[in-house]
Amino acid sequence: MQKNFTTRTVTAIVCGVIATAGFAASHGGGENKSVEARHAMMQMIAYHTGILGGIAKGEMDYDSAMVDAAAMNIASLAAMDRATLWIEGTEQGAAADSRAKPEIWSDPEGFGAAFEKLETAASALVGASDAAAVGAGMGDLGGACKACHETYRGPEN
Amino acid sequence: MLRRFLIAICLLAVIGLGVFWVLTRPAPLDADFAGGHVADAENGARIFHAGGCASCHAAPGSDDKLTLAGGEGFASDFGTFHAPNISPGPEGIGGWDLPGFARAVTRGVSPDGRHYYPAFPYTTYIHMEDTDVADLFAYMQTLPVSDTPSKPHEVGFPFNIRRGLGLWKVLYLDESFVMTGEMSEQVTQGRYLVEALGHCAECHTPRGPFGGLQRDAWLTGAPNPSGKGRIPNITPAGLDWSADDIAYYLESGLTPDFDSVGGTMASVVDNMSQLPEGDRAAIAAYLKALP
Repeated sequence: MQKNFTTRTVTAIVCGVIATAGFAASHGGGENKSVEARHAMMQMIAYHTGILGGIAKGEMDYDSAMVDAAAMNIASLAAMDRATLWIEGTEQGAAADSRAKPEIWSDPEGFGAAFEKLETAASALVGASDAAAVGAGMGDLGGACKACHETYRGPEN
Repeated sequence: MLRRFLIAICLLAVIGLGVFWVLTRPAPLDADFAGGHVADAENGARIFHAGGCASCHAAPGSDDKLTLAGGEGFASDFGTFHAPNISPGPEGIGGWDLPGFARAVTRGVSPDGRHYYPAFPYTTYIHMEDTDVADLFAYMQTLPVSDTPSKPHEVGFPFNIRRGLGLWKVLYLDESFVMTGEMSEQVTQGRYLVEALGHCAECHTPRGPFGGLQRDAWLTGAPNPSGKGRIPNITPAGLDWSADDIAYYLESGLTPDFDSVGGTMASVVDNMSQLPEGDRAAIAAYLKALP
């Protein structure tokens, strides 16, 4: 009987924790793991863009393997399924650190098209044969970042 | 006694009205504006991009940045202003002459003699060279015509009395540059691009109680009018990027950390990326020379 009570108590606590975590994920007013994951994804894109930009600016030596890998990784990141990342209710003001604008959810087609533009621009950089070719491709890549951030990212907090 | 008092009050009121009338009179401009100058539309295009005309006057959400149909709204503490149609047709600036255009752009006075609201950054454009105004006017004649009528501003009393803007101009329409003293040729060029054309300060400088820019806090950042976040300090105290970093950002929209430009600054980069490289380098040199 005593054991049964303990089991039930533990079960109740575990359920409570899971429910709380689920609530936090769907609502938030506070921290939200999907926002952290989005930032990690953006950091990955920025890191790889930095490799391409460094080569374009002449700050890093041209290396075809690095160019192809960076470009392909950006394309893969842009093609990720967004369902787990841009969860409703995690816009700027509703979730800590978020700068996501409500337009992401009111205009999902436009938001998806913006990521496709990034995927296309990144894929086009695969095979860029010298620093000048990387530089030429950076225009569309930077343009894709800019176009999306113009419409779907809010100002710094 | 009472009669004398009433006469004095009336006299003072008349004098007060007279002073108000004189102070708020829309300033005239020399009819022989930029006389003898042969307009260069190609330089006009450069002035157009540096001045950021399309960012406000293109239709909201449109990718066509050269059809200046207007319609974009700007919320402020005084009401919501709408950028007008300034395409070269009947709904825009079709039929205007150069002195009328110059008075509008550099003094904020319409051809029919009314003050414009300073949402239009004529406090910046007052610093423009006459020949650049003439070149800009020539370039704008080459742009497509839009038939979209301009939207009226949504501004309540007392700000809807435009004559009162004359007083605002007495306080804030200042022909002098903010940066003064010895400076290199490049910084001088950057000062012109920032203080006479780019109107960076309109967003990056805090405003006083009547909406005028606080020149003593030049480009030190300000609250975002959207109510969310802040517009950053771009003086060396707030921005530690190198001059090359700043120039590359204005060209590509990418920060030194390879984050990207966003929000309303994205359209500023769209404009700046169309300038000659030397102009972006000059803007960067100016920003690095700020106190």
